[in-house]
Amino acid sequence: MSSNNGPSAPAYAVTGVHKAYGRDRVPANDGIDLEVKPGEVFGLLGPNGAGKSTLVRQLVGLIPPDRGQIRLFGIDLVAHPRDAARVVSYLAQDEPALAELTVHHAVATTARLRGEPKRQANATADQLVDELGLDDIAARPLLRLSGGERRLACVASALAADRPVLILDEPTTGLDPTARRRVWSALTRRRAQRGTTVVLVTHNVIEAESVLDRVAVLDRGRVIACDTPGRLKAAVSDDVRLDLVWRADPPLHDATVALLMPHAHISGRRWTLRLPQLEAREALGRLTSGEAWAALDDFTLATPSLEDVYLALGGRDDDLEHA
Amino acid sequence: MRSAAVTTTWSTHEQPSRHLEDAALKTALDARLQAPELGRRTSLWPATAAVYSAQLARVKVARGPLLFVATLQSLGIMLLVRGVVGRHDRLASSAVVAGSTVLVVAFVALNLLAQRFGALRAARALDYYAALPIPTAAVVLGAAASYATVTVPGVVITAVTGTALYGLSFVHLWLLLPVVVVSATALAGVGAALGLAAPRAELATVAGQLAMTAVLFLAVIPPSHLPLVLRAIRVIVPSTLAVDAFAAGLRGSATFGGVAWRLGVTLAYGVVALAIAGASFRRAQGS
Repeated sequence: MSSNNGPSAPAYAVTGVHKAYGRDRVPANDGIDLEVKPGEVFGLLGPNGAGKSTLVRQLVGLIPPDRGQIRLFGIDLVAHPRDAARVVSYLAQDEPALAELTVHHAVATTARLRGEPKRQANATADQLVDELGLDDIAARPLLRLSGGERRLACVASALAADRPVLILDEPTTGLDPTARRRVWSALTRRRAQRGTTVVLVTHNVIEAESVLDRVAVLDRGRVIACDTPGRLKAAVSDDVRLDLVWRADPPLHDATVALLMPHAHISGRRWTLRLPQLEAREALGRLTSGEAWAALDDFTLATPSLEDVYLALGGRDDDLEHA
Repeated sequence: MRSAAVTTTWSTHEQPSRHLEDAALKTALDARLQAPELGRRTSLWPATAAVYSAQLARVKVARGPLLFVATLQSLGIMLLVRGVVGRHDRLASSAVVAGSTVLVVAFVALNLLAQRFGALRAARALDYYAALPIPTAAVVLGAAASYATVTVPGVVITAVTGTALYGLSFVHLWLLLPVVVVSATALAGVGAALGLAAPRAELATVAGQLAMTAVLFLAVIPPSHLPLVLRAIRVIVPSTLAVDAFAAGLRGSATFGGVAWRLGVTLAYGVVALAIAGASFRRAQGS
């Protein structure tokens, strides 16, 4: 059965989605609008509590929105939430349902539940175990694995019995660099071979900048920006970020330091400032040539990152992950 | 169609090697991007078999201790009651043995399954199943069947030991098979429904324990020894009629019609309980 929509239908079209929880109806999603194109790697970036996971659970048809519309390749998911499972493969932040199974059994079970016959499901599990380098732990239950190994096993499970859309909620959390590369290779392969659409939830800025085609930045249940990482960063490209790390208390009697202080976000001994390029260079020149130099432990002058975009758009400044 | 996103996303400053990859990707994607076919729903029995296999694997881990406790409990009750129920009282003897045998099923299929589903709900593990193209009933049936399966050795040990201990007839011991199947269906259905309906895992545990206590008192104690009020309440315990059918077999007084009716009603009870569990699953998952 086809979803009877032309090739131009977006993978996801989300319009005016509201979702609130509890007696106080605290909004987790507050009027979300976004569109995911077929075949792209689309990111949802934001701090904890921004509403990413709530949005994702609605994209998968697990919970209905209070208001708004979600279409998956033209299918109305508010009216037909169960149809999402026929198109989408979902990796939650944790998969406790698989905890007692061995890695191979978990992947094979998922493949069977997505409709593969038992023999084919076992072959799928063999292939995924090999592809993600899980051979050494294939016979071990997930609950006996380290956090990173367990996460990788869950990614393998999510990849079982290919689906046109993958929704992955923080898939690389806890993975070492090698495992991260394996995951991204596996996703890139599926995208190239099958045109798989990937929706990725992350609060890791570095990952967001390096793997996403487009990113929606969420804060307090709203999309505060949505574009390619490059264009988002270009929007704040007039500014640069100046990080100053002091050895002890900053020398506030220094005129430059005193001038900078009101504009700095202070976190312990670290000051972070966003300044126009010329001002930043001038300030750094004075700091490195003056009395404040002796008090400086480290400094960085950097072009804007997605974190700067997020902060420039009014996001909270303490929850994004940098590494 | 396509997909400006892939080709315009990266500047060389961001990802020097990415442009080369993107050129190949674009070619591949242009040929492939179209509205995908909807995958098939996995039908009930293959899905149930997969859930059964997965749940059995986890239940097996704790099978030994669980069965030991469940079986020992029933054997202990039979030994205890043997002191007050003489071998000549075949009505009471058969009720005790049949009730104790089904109690093994209740311990696992009702009590532990309620706890299991309560824990799955609390841990949001139901999302895993809900995000798969399977009937909800497959999750409940597969889990219930796996829990019922591990009760088999304990059920056989309890039934054979009790029959010998009370000097009952072995002739109709074959009834054990349909009795276990239908009572496990009914009790597991109730256990799953309790676990899925309870808003917190602790409440699911309490509900499972209370339900098993009801089975213990109302199924093991011979109906003739119960006050009238409790005899009436006994009917609402899902496994009561299956216990009565097995007890009649142990006394050598089972008739095909009587057994078929009792087991049929128990099975119907189970089907309704499983349907309620399925509805509770959908409600729990959406909460």
